[in-house]
Amino acid sequence: MMDVIASTLAQSGWPEAMPAPTLAHYLFVSVAMFAIGLVGFLTRRNLIIMFLCTELMFQAAGIALVAFGRYHLDYNGQTFVIFVVTVAAAEAALALALVVLLFRKRESLSADEWAEMRG
Amino acid sequence: MAIELQQLVQVVAGAMALGADAGAPIAGGHVSPGPAWAMLIPALPLLGVLIAMFAAIFRVKSKLPAYAAVACLGAAFVVTVALWRQLGGGTQVIHGWDWIRFSWGPGEGQTFIANFGLYVDSLTCLWMLFVTGLATLIALYASEYMSHDQGTGYCRFFAAFCLFVLSMTCLVMADNMILLYLGWEGVGLCSYLLIGYFYKKPSAVAAAKKAFIMNRIGDLGLALGVMLTFVHFGTIEYVQLFASERLQEYLALVGEGRLSEIPLQAQLIPVLLMIGAFGKSAQLPLYVWLPDAMEGPTPVSALIHAATMVTAGVFLIARTFPVFVLSEWALPVVAWVGALTALLAATIGMAQFDIKRIMAYSTVSQLGYMFAGLGVLTTTGAAFHVFTHAFFKATLFLCCGAVMHGMAGQLDLRKLSGLMKVPGWRIVSLAMLVGCLNLAGFPFTAGFFSKDMIIAESFVTPGYGAIGWILLITAGLTAYYTFRVFFRVFVGPVHYEAGDEAHGHDDAHAHDAHGHDAHHAAHGDAHGHDHGAHSHDAHGAHDDHHAGEFHPHAPGWAINTVLTVLAVASILAAGVYFVNKPDHGWVGSMVHDSTAHYVSPFAHHEAAADGAGHDAAHGHAADGHGEHATGHGDEHAAAHAGTFLGMNPHEVMYYVSGVVGFLGIGAAFGLHYLGRTTAARSKADDLLPLLGPIPRWAQNKWYVDELYDFLVRIPLWVASHILHVIDKLLVDGLVNLFGWLPRAFGSIVRPSQSGVLHQYALGMAGGLAVLMVIVLVVLR
Repeated sequence: MMDVIASTLAQSGWPEAMPAPTLAHYLFVSVAMFAIGLVGFLTRRNLIIMFLCTELMFQAAGIALVAFGRYHLDYNGQTFVIFVVTVAAAEAALALALVVLLFRKRESLSADEWAEMRG
Repeated sequence: MAIELQQLVQVVAGAMALGADAGAPIAGGHVSPGPAWAMLIPALPLLGVLIAMFAAIFRVKSKLPAYAAVACLGAAFVVTVALWRQLGGGTQVIHGWDWIRFSWGPGEGQTFIANFGLYVDSLTCLWMLFVTGLATLIALYASEYMSHDQGTGYCRFFAAFCLFVLSMTCLVMADNMILLYLGWEGVGLCSYLLIGYFYKKPSAVAAAKKAFIMNRIGDLGLALGVMLTFVHFGTIEYVQLFASERLQEYLALVGEGRLSEIPLQAQLIPVLLMIGAFGKSAQLPLYVWLPDAMEGPTPVSALIHAATMVTAGVFLIARTFPVFVLSEWALPVVAWVGALTALLAATIGMAQFDIKRIMAYSTVSQLGYMFAGLGVLTTTGAAFHVFTHAFFKATLFLCCGAVMHGMAGQLDLRKLSGLMKVPGWRIVSLAMLVGCLNLAGFPFTAGFFSKDMIIAESFVTPGYGAIGWILLITAGLTAYYTFRVFFRVFVGPVHYEAGDEAHGHDDAHAHDAHGHDAHHAAHGDAHGHDHGAHSHDAHGAHDDHHAGEFHPHAPGWAINTVLTVLAVASILAAGVYFVNKPDHGWVGSMVHDSTAHYVSPFAHHEAAADGAGHDAAHGHAADGHGEHATGHGDEHAAAHAGTFLGMNPHEVMYYVSGVVGFLGIGAAFGLHYLGRTTAARSKADDLLPLLGPIPRWAQNKWYVDELYDFLVRIPLWVASHILHVIDKLLVDGLVNLFGWLPRAFGSIVRPSQSGVLHQYALGMAGGLAVLMVIVLVVLR
């Protein structure tokens, strides 16, 4: 059923055939994700949210790498991203453990609780 | 001064002509290896040191270290006598072991050798005989004198005492200048240790430091002199030095009167050595340590600061006399410094009240005589005076020590009187009399002959008449202050007060008093006299002294024995003048065979005057140099020899100095004995106001200490404070600036480290933004 509808619509020219996504599209997505992550990191106080924001920025960089890799017909970009994802997984475990420990110390997730490194 | 120098050059020239013409080096005789057992002389005092050290470790409370020291030193004396007896006329070198030897090239003067070896000639023997002999006697004396600190202090004393003799042995017997320097520093160290023996007394510690520092100044001169000797002559071994071609060449130049052709470097050596001698022998610029050194125990004052160590300077000059004649400045300076020291110290000695201080100044004064003797070219006279002075001054000091020991540290001549009449003090008083007669130059005593020789020689040597007069006046002053002590302390009305050590002895004295009482009951008469003296004293003196509480304890057998021996030796020392008479006595013959041998051209003058008999002898003195030499000497003598008021000094000086001595003794008799009824005052006190402020100045030692304070200590104090401020502000300021700069910078930057996570994140983001702006906008 859905197939029929889709093919019908397609024959009638709707939706319009999209142009193949270019490098610029991917980079736009990447920049947008990075900006969201950065703004989130700067504005939120919750440690977990902040941590997630860093992950977002990580993956934004990953998208850019894959996009460039594809653009240059080179696999180095993708290889690099696989490494990044692997490291990010390990780092996520560490970071969450840290957050748990910090929470136990202060019974709060606010990053403002921690300012002991003031010079 | 210029004329005198000119004359001295001629004198030296004439004298050296005698030695050089015959080709005989000044160093006496030929050198041969000596017996190995001579090494026992330094080894035995070392054994004494070790015994005293172990006694200290095992906390021996008996008199063991004292008797061990006496035994070791006595044995060393016996060995010295044996060494002297077998010596004959020559020079012996005993090689102990290789000590220092290094070379930095194959050439001449590029190998430095200093072995532990002994250089034995008759001068060495002369010195060692009285050093070891007196050390033995004084150690025996000290066994009793120091008995109140039996225990570790006693061991410490005798360890340092033996170490002193060991060092003195190194100094005197060394066969090179480095070993001499070792001994020189060693005696300085022992002097320091023994002056500061009562280390709980601040004045003793200060005196020890003063002596040490003053000696450092002199020792700097000596060290430089030794270095320069090596640089110039390429050796510091006496045998090589005296035989070196260079020295012989210079001596030949001196003989020809061409002193100016000797390089300045060689002329500088004696000047530097002389500074060392002035420091050790307490001569004019550096004498102030010796009177203060009396803070040490009296046996130390007697041995080190009167008889032996302080004569090391005389020994140094006598030993290196061939080097000393190379400089036209050294010997005149020695003579003048000696004469002025003699006069200055004598004037101070006249005004002091502490009898030990008086003896100290007298030592300085007599050392001045010895230096004057060396300066006027009579090494024999100087050595003879050293020898006689060693005996009589040791006697005098030990008598003062006996008084101090018995009177609980009392040394003020205003508080002591008439000790001769106190039972048990007869021997001390008689020994003191013998010492005083010697020191005063009473006719036919040893001191009379030796002092006389120096004074006569000063008048004979041209250009030194003034020194002769100074020494003659000093002889009168010496007689006066010596007998001032004797007439005040040992004769006259009986009176004594305890000194300031009485409280320290309280227990002992309380005990003593009981002992006395018990003795009274048992023996009665001997101590009854003692009591009688006390009551007499109480009636006579009318002061706050309580007669019943203070019992002076008369010296025991050890002190009395030593004093007797020394007094007899002092008397007999006069005899050596008549042994081997033509050679100026026994001491003269000892000096004649040594490096100090020196034929004064005026010896011939004397010979000619004294009669034909002497001529032959002086032919011998000049080593039979033949007609030429003799003619030369006579010519010079006739042309330049000085006179005493137109008379031959050698003939008349006996009478003149005898009269001067009598005048001094007579003055003391009149002023301090006749009509004196109390200990505190004599006729002299009535006459003193006539002299105005002079006696007060003299009593304050002419303010020399204050002058040194003003010239040295205060400038140093001011400079140190200025430097302290500079140090604080400049040096510390610079260092602190480097510490402060990072801190200041940090305090500016530090606030950026807020510790707030978001600020860091914002910073990073901002940085990123800035970078992007730079990359995208600015660099485009």
